[in-house]
This record gives sequence, structure tokens and C-alpha cells, in this order.
Amino acid sequence: MSYAAAELAARSSYGRLLAYLTAWSRDVTAAEDALGEAFLEAVDTWPRAGVPEKPEAWLLAVARRRLIDVARHAKVEDRASVALRLVMERAEQEASAKTVFPDERLKLLFVCAHPAIDEAARTPLMLQTVLGLDAARIASAFLVAPATMGQRLVRVKAKIRDAGIHFEIPESHELPSRLESVLDAIYAAYGSGWDDVTGADPRRQGLAEEAIWLGRLVTRLLPGEPEAQGLLSLMLHCEARRGARRDAAGAYVPLTRQDVALWSRPMIEEAEALLTVAAEAKQPGRFQLEAAIQSVHARRAVTGSTDWEAIALLYEGLIRLAPTIGAQVGYAAALAEARGAESGLAALGVLAPEVVAGYQPYWALSAHLLNRLGRAGEARQAYVRATGLSEDPAVREFLREGFDTAPESA
Amino acid sequence: MKFTILVYENESDFSARTDGVRKDAYWGAYRAYTQALTEAGIMVGGAGLEPPPHATTIRQRNGKRQVQDGPFAETKEQLGGYYVIDVPNLDKALEWAARCPSAASGAVEVRPNLSM
Repeated sequence: MSYAAAELAARSSYGRLLAYLTAWSRDVTAAEDALGEAFLEAVDTWPRAGVPEKPEAWLLAVARRRLIDVARHAKVEDRASVALRLVMERAEQEASAKTVFPDERLKLLFVCAHPAIDEAARTPLMLQTVLGLDAARIASAFLVAPATMGQRLVRVKAKIRDAGIHFEIPESHELPSRLESVLDAIYAAYGSGWDDVTGADPRRQGLAEEAIWLGRLVTRLLPGEPEAQGLLSLMLHCEARRGARRDAAGAYVPLTRQDVALWSRPMIEEAEALLTVAAEAKQPGRFQLEAAIQSVHARRAVTGSTDWEAIALLYEGLIRLAPTIGAQVGYAAALAEARGAESGLAALGVLAPEVVAGYQPYWALSAHLLNRLGRAGEARQAYVRATGLSEDPAVREFLREGFDTAPESA
Repeated sequence: MKFTILVYENESDFSARTDGVRKDAYWGAYRAYTQALTEAGIMVGGAGLEPPPHATTIRQRNGKRQVQDGPFAETKEQLGGYYVIDVPNLDKALEWAARCPSAASGAVEVRPNLSM
């Protein structure tokens, strides 16, 4: 087990305890504080007294006492605090009787992605509550000042408490849309730069493992949801190529030039199996389509070529469901390969200037296509723009090489 | 809202400016970055600075003047230039600062400008 995997296993326990405490107290901050103190007490006690037989039950009992103390101190209505004590006692009994206590993480995931919660706060909240990541790490991943991220998390937790957001699994009629928010938040942790022509968003790569872990958690807690399987399949397909994205010298290698021998076969196989199972439900969705696009790319390892018509068709479907800028640029790239650079450029041409102004993959693809069409002056401008919008030195260098090979004059 | 992006470069960055092999990559990246800021309509101003050996530091203490060669502090990374940008908030400023070529080798500091 890698260090990261061991860390995630430890976090699993944290997430389960926090979900359980929060489900009953309805107060994320209070539950976090109580659990934090329980962990501190464990660090203090366990080395002397030995690790208890049921560590989680022990932590739960300590955190419960702490939560009740706080509730009393805050002069919460007596009846409420009695009720709280009773449910926590029941929880403790359950925990010590079966060593397993109910897994409330699914409810916690739905709370984190609740429509009342600011979309930008959903993923950070999920990472902090379900995985116990600290605000500074989350802030780095999302390129936000740590103090700002801390404040956002505090605000959103207060909102959950004050708005009385319910800890429950949504009714079946609203499950699909609520689940979509959960999956969106997980995908945001993974980052969506992988299907770009040249772009990769380096700031989010550090959370890929965490996002896949969350994706697995959802497919386990909600088996039979094809979109959850689609998301996990998508992330695994992208992750399978991690080792092929840079050459030995650290230079950027675009998807179409990657050495397929460097792709992770077990991950691709798992991704394919998930997509097959998802398809049996006959409920296509955005993540299944995105996974299907990656599946076509993955076929190159077997057939030696890429079916760009199939990819263009899948992107068309994706744009109908979710017309994101990423999908539109991906569609243009597929069209360019399938039907020529002119077609690709025409597809880029319909995008609004204000939408593409800061979107690096748009400029990278434009540069590439203009260059292929011999429109050197425009190509150079687009290369410069794409380079200036890149965060990753390897991508910048790759674009500069493209720029250098562009003919000097048209 | 105006922010200043302070660009701190290490010795290798400073030498890349004139290095026969690396100077094209260095200047190409900075030209592209500056152009991207300009085309996004957020560029207020800025300047690249000559390397630290060109610095002269002045202190006035108790009526006495001290002038010394070199930068005011000897640190691994030194101020190599700055950009002033006008963006709606800190999140946007950080997004642009992360694209600054020296973010990958030295460090880039973002500070809100005082309104005067």
C-alpha cells in the first residue's frame, strides 16, 4: 500500500466518524471540534493505556461527551440536549456491539452538494468533511488564498446548521439531480483538464487520488447508479495515462502521441468494466459519455488508431447534455481529426469571444489548426496567447516548439 | 481592484535571461504572459528589473546616510519584476499570478494595492 493509500484508509475512518457525529448533531463545526478533541485525547491516552479494542467506538464516546458538554454550555434547550445524549448513547452501543456503526457518509456527501450550498464551496466542503483534508491543502488545489478558503468553509458550515439542511438521502424523484451535484463536486476535485487537446490543469492533479477514492465510495454506497459508475470510469481512464503524459526528460506529451505501453492496463480494464455495467442500466448521462470518449481513446492501445468520428459523435451528445467550453473545444478537436482542420476551426468559430478569452485549450487548439492550414500569422498569435495562459512550464515549452515550427510567413 | 504581482526569481532564472540556450524560452514565456495579460484587458503596468547586482540600497539613520551596493536583503530569490493588474477579486489575481513563468521556479507574491 502506498503512503497515499494508507493515508486515505486513515481518512476513511475520520470521514465515517465525522459523518456519524454530524448526522446527529446537525452541526459540522461542532462535530469537527469534538472529533478533533477525541483524536487529541487518543494521542495522549493510547500510548500509555494501549489502543482500545474498538478504537472507533472509543473515539465516538469521547466525541459524544464533548458534543454534549458544548451543547449544555451553549444552553441549548434541555430537551434537545437530552435527545442528543440518547441518540449518541444508542450510537455508542451500536458501535461497540457490532464494531461497525452506520455509515452516514452518503448523507454527508448529499449535504455537501446541497443546492442551498454555494457551488464553489461544495468540493472543498466534501474534501474537508469526508476526507479530513485541511483548508490550506484544499486552498492550494483550488488556487485560493488559504485564509479565504478557511472563511468560506466556516460560512458554509454555519449555513448548514442555521438553515437546518437535512441529513438524508434524497427521495427517488430528486435523486438523479442531487446525485449529479455530488458527482460534479467529485469531478471538480479530479480536475477537468485531461480531455483538453494540450491543456492540463496542474493545480488539481494533487487531488486525483482523493477524487477517485470519493468516486469509489459513491459507487459502493449507491450501487446501481450508472452515472456514478460513469464518473469513476472516466477518472480511471484519465488516471491510467498519468505516466505517459511526460516523457523521460519531463516534456509534455499530448494524448495522441502518448506511448500506449505506458498506460496502466489494470486501470483501463476496471474503467471499461464499470462503463459496461453502467450501460446496462440504459440511462445515458454526461459522465458515461465522457467516459465513453476516453474509452475510444483507450482503444488505440489495441487497434493502433483512434476513431475520431466516434469521438466527435460522443462529443455532440455531450454538448447536448452539458454544453461546457471543455466539451465544445473537445468536439472541435475531434472534428479536425475526423474531417479536417477547417471543420475544427469552424466549430471553434461559434464560441463567444468572452467565453474563450481566458481558456487556454481553445487557443492551443486554434494555434495547432491554423498552423496546419498554413495561416502562420494567426497561428503565431494563438500560440503566444496559449503560452501566456499556461500554468505548466512543460506545456509552455511544448507550445513554444509548435510556435517555432510554424512557418515565418504565410 | 488593483493587485501587484511581485515576481521573485532565483539565480538560475536571472542567468536564463542571457544564457544562449535558455534565453529564448525565458523571454518567449514572459512575452507570451505579458501579451495574455494585455489581451485580457487587465494590465495596468509593470516592469522587468535588472538583476540584483545592479541594485543600490539607501538607508537614512540618525541623520546619517548609508549607501550600499546590492539589494536590501540577501535572499535566495530576488525581485525580478512586477505587474500591476486590475481584476475583480483576489481569486482572479491568483489565477493570473499562477501563470507567471517564474511561479514554477521562483515565487510570485500577490498583494492588493492600497487605494490612494
